[in-house]
Amino acid sequence: MRRTLRLLSVSWLLHVKQLSRSSFDGLLAILWPIFFATVAFFMFRAGGDPDALVYASLGAAVMGIWTATSVSAGSALQRERWFGTLELLVAAPAHFSLVLLPLAFATSAIGIYCMATTLLWGRFAFGIDIAFEQPLLLALAIPATILSIGALGFLMGVSFARYRAAWSLGAMTEYPIWLICGFLVPLSLLPGWVHPISWALAPTWGMQAIRESATGGSPLPDVGMCFFLGGIYVAIGVLVTESVLRSARASASLSLT
Amino acid sequence: MTVSLRIFFIGGLTAYRALINWLSPWIFVPTLVVAPIFQILLFVYIGRNAGVQSDEFFVVGNAVQYASIPCLFSMTNAIAGERSQQTLMYILVTPAGRLPLFLGRALPVIANAMFVAAFSLFVSGALLHIDVPFSAWGPIALVIFVSTFSCTGLGLICAGIALRVRETAVLNNIIFGLLLIFTGANVDIDELPGWMQAISERVPLTHGIQAARQVANGAPLGDVRGLLATEAVIGVAYTIVGYLLLRFLERESRKRASVQIA
Repeated sequence: MRRTLRLLSVSWLLHVKQLSRSSFDGLLAILWPIFFATVAFFMFRAGGDPDALVYASLGAAVMGIWTATSVSAGSALQRERWFGTLELLVAAPAHFSLVLLPLAFATSAIGIYCMATTLLWGRFAFGIDIAFEQPLLLALAIPATILSIGALGFLMGVSFARYRAAWSLGAMTEYPIWLICGFLVPLSLLPGWVHPISWALAPTWGMQAIRESATGGSPLPDVGMCFFLGGIYVAIGVLVTESVLRSARASASLSLT
Repeated sequence: MTVSLRIFFIGGLTAYRALINWLSPWIFVPTLVVAPIFQILLFVYIGRNAGVQSDEFFVVGNAVQYASIPCLFSMTNAIAGERSQQTLMYILVTPAGRLPLFLGRALPVIANAMFVAAFSLFVSGALLHIDVPFSAWGPIALVIFVSTFSCTGLGLICAGIALRVRETAVLNNIIFGLLLIFTGANVDIDELPGWMQAISERVPLTHGIQAARQVANGAPLGDVRGLLATEAVIGVAYTIVGYLLLRFLERESRKRASVQIA
């Protein structure tokens, strides 16, 4: 147990350091949501509702967590393949899920930078002042959101293992998740058939948890859903990892060369 | 003259096929077919939530603006791709004229970008029941052509910068984000602060997007000729700056021996 925790924590820290120094995974992940946030702020400001700007600011902040996760976690295996380290990691005595999980959580943790910069951008460039009503609950909601989004990134990462251009699939999921998880658009505006998909996605609950804690609501049920769905993603991800690795070994196709 | 034309057409096509070989259907479909449609849907729904503009405003604006992805990435890859394949130095020592050499690479890029813009406009228009008159598609194609040409000029500048900058993917994404804000794809230019409007008037796609919106609403081509001419002039200006920048940085790279390591 201690070894597992050590592996997870050391590996997570290593990946956070690596990603923080990458201009693509670090700098761009921070700037990218700011462009969209800026456009959204102008649009909501033109709409004339000051409450909508607060709504947009919180939504744009959480968008950044998904941005940081979608491409980086989705293409995690592809990146290791490029580095030439995938075979070594698969052959390591630790279960491959334990190797990949901290990487996925590290990508979503980078989202904290994005979240902070987007909120500051909204505050100083657009004068959007958010009075965080329940800071303690917010301090619970943010890690819950990050963990659940990281878990979704882990599931994506292993699911895209056999896809050579996994980064493009990760990038493809960026706008749909922004749209259907209620970051800038309430679910009630989306068609009814989209709602079950939104409910099955942890970012939806994470977004709600952060909004509820910021505006004085009750975020705990949403936090619970984040952990519940995150747990399901990890469980499915572990099973997919087993299946993918067995298949890759049997067909000698791990490197996809 | 014949040699220049050969370098322009055949060289351009060959270079495109060699350098953009990574743009397989496995990448093309997620990034240039699916993503633009979801970008359009995202802004349509944000617009509905904010209570601003019509669906058509966002559909046309984002379809044309998304053409900047192939324009910027493919043009920059004309340099970055040569470098990663270790062939940039051979290109730069050839006696071939630089104008047909670099501009030839732009032609397939424009065709690709036109497809991306037209396809996303058509599909998202159908999804959202945007009624674009059949007679408007010809003029829209012309507007898209001029807009993609203009944005390819910006791509040429990025290609020049790629002689000095390693992280071209980051550079292109940042420029794409700036175009999203400044071209008026989602926010009426009049809603922007004065200094931003001044920039908007001078970047590619702004006038093309305005022209496309008018044409999609049924305006005849003659009504938007001023916008089209402005867009074309901006495109020519960016292409000239891009070409001069490429020549300048090519000389600098030789002087500093940084062609391959920059």
